[in-house]
Amino acid sequence: MSLPPFQSLLDSHRSDVYRFLVASVGPVDADDCFQETWIAALRAYPRLKRGDNLRAWLLRIAQRKAIDSHRARGRRARPSDSLPDTAAPEQMADGEPELWAAVRELPPKQRTAVFCRSVLGMPYAELAGLLECSQDAARRNVHQGLKALREEWTG
Amino acid sequence: MDRMNEIETKLRDSAAALAEAPPAGLDRQIVERAGGEKLVDVAYCSVDSPLGPLTVAGTRRGLVLVSYQEPDDELLQRLADDLSPRVLEAPAQLDEARRELDEYFEGEREEFELPLDWSLVRGFARRVLRATAGIRYGDVSTYTKVAGRAGNARASRAAGNALGSNPIPIVVPCHRVLRTGGAMGGYGGGVERKEFLLRLEGALPD
Repeated sequence: MSLPPFQSLLDSHRSDVYRFLVASVGPVDADDCFQETWIAALRAYPRLKRGDNLRAWLLRIAQRKAIDSHRARGRRARPSDSLPDTAAPEQMADGEPELWAAVRELPPKQRTAVFCRSVLGMPYAELAGLLECSQDAARRNVHQGLKALREEWTG
Repeated sequence: MDRMNEIETKLRDSAAALAEAPPAGLDRQIVERAGGEKLVDVAYCSVDSPLGPLTVAGTRRGLVLVSYQEPDDELLQRLADDLSPRVLEAPAQLDEARRELDEYFEGEREEFELPLDWSLVRGFARRVLRATAGIRYGDVSTYTKVAGRAGNARASRAAGNALGSNPIPIVVPCHRVLRTGGAMGGYGGGVERKEFLLRLEGALPD
């Protein structure tokens, strides 16, 4: 099976990748992660063995970039830093800013699982591929993520 | 379990407000950076012309394709299969090709100077097209002559096929090749376009 032209990946999945990143790292860091994701994808693309499951492949790269971004943010926020970490208030007019802030605090796999299931309606087979785990484990990640959100959000 | 569903519903319903489409400039930044890091193997864009919209594509070696077809899925898939799947819409990387084509259609350019990438043609066909590239603006030649210049004067039919599937029309001027005796012959983009180009070059009376 031949790989589709990269432009069609960008056209088909840019919006899902972007929303995933805003959900994972917030709107301020999403733009950088978005660029890093697509550059990394383009770099690796010709070596990809299969042309199916490209959305899951892209979101896996995006998840990796989100984890990098969280780490970098953690380093920036060290107490020894001279500047206090005053994260800008998120500009989300409607929606559920507090709920999404709680999503960002979930462990990466749960965060990805909750987003892909609730927002993208992703089938468990695809999610399992994305998370590189079994379908049962994918289900558990969704469940644990939602459970944590419920506790956080109603608590 | 109901509360779980409630949370899922809230996530789904508020996701639209979470993010608009990615900012418009972001794609351009990505393509620009990809170009700088030599990650765009095939750049393409659409170009307006008096003959309708053209698709123009280039590699790092040079211009690889000019097509009368829109950059649709079929055309882009062919580029991905034949050249590289790293195909991106990158007009900035085709500035020179676009400029030379504009000048040509304005009647201000008789010769294209941009480098060509012959990857999409092989063997005899490539030799025929290289011979065709040597026919000057305002001149015409014949299928038999270009076949001869490509090394086999009796292969005029094969030469015709090669010209018919020329991946770089206009720039590699297959429109300048006519039947012996002066009849138009065929053209990949349709005979009307062939006549238009020859008239533009003054090789046909208006």
